Amino acid sequence: MNPPKDFLSGIKAGSPIAIGYVPIAIAFGALAIETGLSVSEAVLMSVFVFAGASQFMAVSMILAGASALQIITATFFINLRHLIMSMAVNAELAEGSKAWKTALSFGITDETFALLTLREKVDQKQTTRFFTAGLMIVAYSGWVLGTTAGCVSVRVIPAAISAGMLIGLYAMFIGLLGPQMWKSIKISIIAVVSMLLNAIFQSFLEPGWAIVLATIMGALIGALLMGEQA
Amino acid sequence: MKIMLIIVGMTAATYVPRMLPVFFMDRFSFPGWFKKWLQSIPYAALGALIFPGILWVEKDKPLIGIIGGLVAAVLTIFDLHIVIIMAAAIIATIVSQNLL
Repeated sequence: MNPPKDFLSGIKAGSPIAIGYVPIAIAFGALAIETGLSVSEAVLMSVFVFAGASQFMAVSMILAGASALQIITATFFINLRHLIMSMAVNAELAEGSKAWKTALSFGITDETFALLTLREKVDQKQTTRFFTAGLMIVAYSGWVLGTTAGCVSVRVIPAAISAGMLIGLYAMFIGLLGPQMWKSIKISIIAVVSMLLNAIFQSFLEPGWAIVLATIMGALIGALLMGEQA
Repeated sequence: MKIMLIIVGMTAATYVPRMLPVFFMDRFSFPGWFKKWLQSIPYAALGALIFPGILWVEKDKPLIGIIGGLVAAVLTIFDLHIVIIMAAAIIATIVSQNLL
């Protein structure tokens, strides 16, 4: 083990993730400010939560007038998948104390998980704690700095464009979901069922709870439909 | 104040699932359906977040949201970067706001 070298190669391996995060984080920062969050609130959310989809979800639910409890419950369910990812990453970590692993688990996202668990098959190298730390820190920096840049950039965006920003939020969700739907009929069914459930639930529940309930039930239908692969 | 409460709550709701396996890894053994349920949640959540909320992007004019959403949906076929898809939907919406 060579800590500085491992750390640097972690940074190198993680930089494509950081580059991917920056524009999305800019969009998040801009949308958060448009929604009425202060710059410090938007940046703090990225600093402490570090989970893209749920941060966009929070902004959209705040906009819909959802309560804090509704938003936190929805966040819990959306990010529950990190439980499985964390198990895989911990199995992959070749060394490190519980304290190290506790700290590193904060950096688990869809992207860092994918890179950490897939790379060993490619590189044939051990995944050390310093490598993991480098990879996560560079990805995290991209997310936090991008958010800050987005908060600042919103001040120079003309009003005509900022009026269209709300659709940007939906385009973000569609941009995440669409490619998966084209690839998998099961994912398409899950998404469409959740949409319809949400439309039904919205007629007698608050929008926040309708989204939470539609997510849980739509995913349950997905679990029943899914074969071996997701 | 409400936003800070949301941030604190979201931090806990996100960090706990990330951190639990460090301590309970050996004791965890999930049934297959539970894993599939977890894997399905993000798709279900995205679906619920998109519809029917997108219809109310502009008050009393559901067509505006539908146009923006369709532009984004069609562009997902071409494997474009998500920021390009967002920009195109925003432009399409601004144009249709001015025409409709």
